[in-house]
Amino acid sequence: MSLFDFADGREGYYGDYGGTFLPEILATTVEELRLCFRKCKEDPTFWAEFVELMRTYSGRPTPVSYLENLSNKLGGARIYVKREDLNHTGSHKINNVMGQGLICKRLGKKRVIAETGAGQHGFATATMAARFGFDCKIYMGAVDVARQRPNVFWMENLGAEVIAVQDGQRTLKDAINECLRDWVTNMGDTHYVLGTACGPHPFPEMVSFFQAIIGKEARQQIIQEAGKLPDRVYACVGGGSNAIGIFQGFMDDNVELIGVEAGGHGPDSGLHASRLAYKDASVGVAQGFKTYFLQNDDGNMLETHSIAAGLDYIGINPILSDLWEKDRVRFEAATDEMVRDTLKLVMRTEGLIPALESTHAFALAVAEAPKMGKDEVILINQSGRGDKDIFTVADTIEDDHWKAFIKDKAVEYGA
Amino acid sequence: MVLEQYLRERLQHKDLLLMTHVVCGYPSFEDNWRELEIMAEFGVDMVELQFPFSEPSADGPLFVKANQQAVADGVRPADCFEFMRKVTEHFSFKVLMMGYYNTAFKMGHESFIKKLSAAGGCGYILPDLPVEEAGELHALSKPEELAPIVLMTPTNTDVRLKVLGAAAEGFIYAVARKGVTGGHTEMGDDLKAFIAHCRQHTQLPIAVGFGVSQKSDLDFLRGKADIAIIGTAALKAWEDGGEDSLQAFFSGLLG
Repeated sequence: MSLFDFADGREGYYGDYGGTFLPEILATTVEELRLCFRKCKEDPTFWAEFVELMRTYSGRPTPVSYLENLSNKLGGARIYVKREDLNHTGSHKINNVMGQGLICKRLGKKRVIAETGAGQHGFATATMAARFGFDCKIYMGAVDVARQRPNVFWMENLGAEVIAVQDGQRTLKDAINECLRDWVTNMGDTHYVLGTACGPHPFPEMVSFFQAIIGKEARQQIIQEAGKLPDRVYACVGGGSNAIGIFQGFMDDNVELIGVEAGGHGPDSGLHASRLAYKDASVGVAQGFKTYFLQNDDGNMLETHSIAAGLDYIGINPILSDLWEKDRVRFEAATDEMVRDTLKLVMRTEGLIPALESTHAFALAVAEAPKMGKDEVILINQSGRGDKDIFTVADTIEDDHWKAFIKDKAVEYGA
Repeated sequence: MVLEQYLRERLQHKDLLLMTHVVCGYPSFEDNWRELEIMAEFGVDMVELQFPFSEPSADGPLFVKANQQAVADGVRPADCFEFMRKVTEHFSFKVLMMGYYNTAFKMGHESFIKKLSAAGGCGYILPDLPVEEAGELHALSKPEELAPIVLMTPTNTDVRLKVLGAAAEGFIYAVARKGVTGGHTEMGDDLKAFIAHCRQHTQLPIAVGFGVSQKSDLDFLRGKADIAIIGTAALKAWEDGGEDSLQAFFSGLLG
């Protein structure tokens, strides 16, 4: 099945979700982007150029690893992991970013802007801008700047200007608003490198197109490594780009697809970012598209929370909203506590350090694997690596050696 | 259309009409009322009442702050409609709802139109609702004689302006420049050409907004546009010094 065979007059819609809801001033820019993307998508040499760039610059194809120790420990399904953490810059974000870099070149634009939550997308965009010679400005919520300093450090040293956004909740959604404000002002020379499969058409389709490389590789690799298709595929879902990336490899197969959202402090806490697994979200229109949002009865957005900055978002990929309603993707949530425990387990048993975002997918797989048969196969998308989260992780596991180190450093810097 | 007719009658006596803007509940509804009294004293012809939204992505810093503060203070669409009813009963200027589409979408199109009509509003401006998505809302507006206000912008192509012109009612909101609300606009040949360009695609009165803030701007627009839209500049005056400051602002603007 193709997700992108739109009905007449419904381009950019996935069931009831998606669309383009932007100020009129952007109509021409978005139309120009849509046409450019359409041309690239239909041109087989464009995809070949993209794959070659990712091979030589980002280390693709990323491998699939068998987690024998963890599988044996849990005593159920055999667990495999798609290693997007091994990409250059440490996450799947680089797939979309390099692809949009190629699009930006074709558009003849010299400046890129991007929002970032955890900082992975900003880091990847700053990298791409350095490589392609674009000016680059990254908008990041002030709260996220505070909790993800290492990524800010790299963005700045790669030549990007990082703006700490002080409006609203000061997280990802506010960074997106600020990008839209920049774009309505500077669309003449600027491409907006949206980081996830959300926002106005053609972004969900375009981001999914580039992230599909994950699923294309993973399908072949899992058959080779496990000798069969997986029974279940798990991916974390913030905006939902790594999930739609790997899921696309298995749309036509008899494979259960599971999206794992940020459960934060749990279902009735009001402190989570779970749009579909919990019952707090409803359909709305914001940030350029229609989907399920965590909002109140008046249509104003609610505060969200997650241990993982990259999942801390009000809305969700419109393609996934549609696939969820059609029962093609199951949605679950993993709480902050489950994520902490799972991270420790995975580090100790397999020597892997998944990002806190990706650990949400591991958490559900770890919970469900023991109930599955030994002949069954699980595939987890490890969308990013966790060493960027060293401050958050060190805080939550209260590592005394780390605290002493930070104190010493502070003294060294004259604090 | 009620609104277009009203504007045409006013234009027989004035060469440039004035539309102003208030963010509902910011700083408070009492302050809003006083602002509106001053605006009425200076003969303002139309007022946009902005319904606060948590994600005002087309607004500049001052309106962003106003929206977010009002939302944080608990201002709800129901309060805004109630305020609108009081305003339309008391004042003679026409009143439009201005806001983001999710406010209308979440309460439901029919409910939105019914409430707007009951509150005495004569139209609405939803800058993030493109005309392609506005079919149902526009159709519901007709029997209630509510005008869906369409925006034309300097980046639009001729093909697009034609589509926009065909969908418009009441008047055209011509966005004077790229960017968000509250920045500076160069009143020059480009703007003059843009307004003339809009005229080719509509018979409706043309209102110009974004960066219109002083007497010289109004002097420039006279003879080119039909309506000047004062947004951020009036709120800035109120923030600077309340009633006296706002009165001085309008004296300067219209003096």
